[in-house]
Amino acid sequence: MSAPGSRSARARWLPLIVFGAILSLLAAGVWLSRDPDRNALPSPLIGKLAPAFVLPVLGEPERLVSGDDLRGAPYLLNVWGSWCPGCREEHAVIEAFARTQRLPVIGFNWKDEPEDATRWLAQFGNPYALVLADYDGRAAIDWGIYGAPETFLVDGDGIIVWKHVGPMTDAVVRDQLLRQLDRLDIR
Amino acid sequence: MIRALLLAILIGLAWPPDARAQVAADATPLHFESASEERRFHRMVAELRCVMCQNQSLADSNAQIAHDLRREVLELMRQGMDDAAIKSHLVARYGAFVLYRPQVGPATWLLWFGPLLLLGAGGVVIWRVVASRRPDRPLPPDDTETW
Repeated sequence: MSAPGSRSARARWLPLIVFGAILSLLAAGVWLSRDPDRNALPSPLIGKLAPAFVLPVLGEPERLVSGDDLRGAPYLLNVWGSWCPGCREEHAVIEAFARTQRLPVIGFNWKDEPEDATRWLAQFGNPYALVLADYDGRAAIDWGIYGAPETFLVDGDGIIVWKHVGPMTDAVVRDQLLRQLDRLDIR
Repeated sequence: MIRALLLAILIGLAWPPDARAQVAADATPLHFESASEERRFHRMVAELRCVMCQNQSLADSNAQIAHDLRREVLELMRQGMDDAAIKSHLVARYGAFVLYRPQVGPATWLLWFGPLLLLGAGGVVIWRVVASRRPDRPLPPDDTETW
């Protein structure tokens, strides 16, 4: 038979324990939401072969480029559209990165009118080695693209090794992209 | 006219400010070949999540990506894929997030069985409280207790 004292002691501590449990749940919630990119979905394509595609080059509708044409050398694929404010925001960052010439930056012009896209590049500058145009958005689905801007790093074997959703910033380039390039030994 | 305007304002208000998907401007309605195809399509898109808007199904969303994914779903249906194959086709590209009803697996056990667990724990607590109040033992013959 348990002593009556132990039961009442437990009853006295119970509210405090419950309170502590709720508090730690709240703290965990706050901790998990500190990441500004928390709404970005993890891509199931990371570590997998980049999806096959055949897309026309912006401004040259008869020149088609396929995924196989890009294979063999690493590249950065930057998804953008003239309708996308975040793309305007990150443009200077992409340009600065492209100037380092560590690897070619390929533009993926997503669901855009070709005239709008061309005018946008003429106005803000064109950092891209090549711009592919996905007018109807079909190839974008295979890449798991759901918003712009999005940026993929594809290695020389055609494997997607890294992805960033949302505007690229200097911090993302420094802390994530450059580290990936160092890891892959891309100079 | 006024209703359409109100609807437009409501949609505008509901739209998250950081949404980066293009809003459909060139909404070309999908055409169905049969009523059963249409029924199946509507059932499918109600079970898939709009990847951009996070709290809307593919059926409800007006984002451009939702249009594209609806068109893709219809196309895959016409290629003869069954529902499970269409879902795994989208999961391979967008992750399990696209499913409104998550699959049962190690990562989602807590999601599926957590409420049941909580209900069980609550039941145990209530049972113990009730049991401790039941005067199933004769009171000790000590009458100094005042309750």
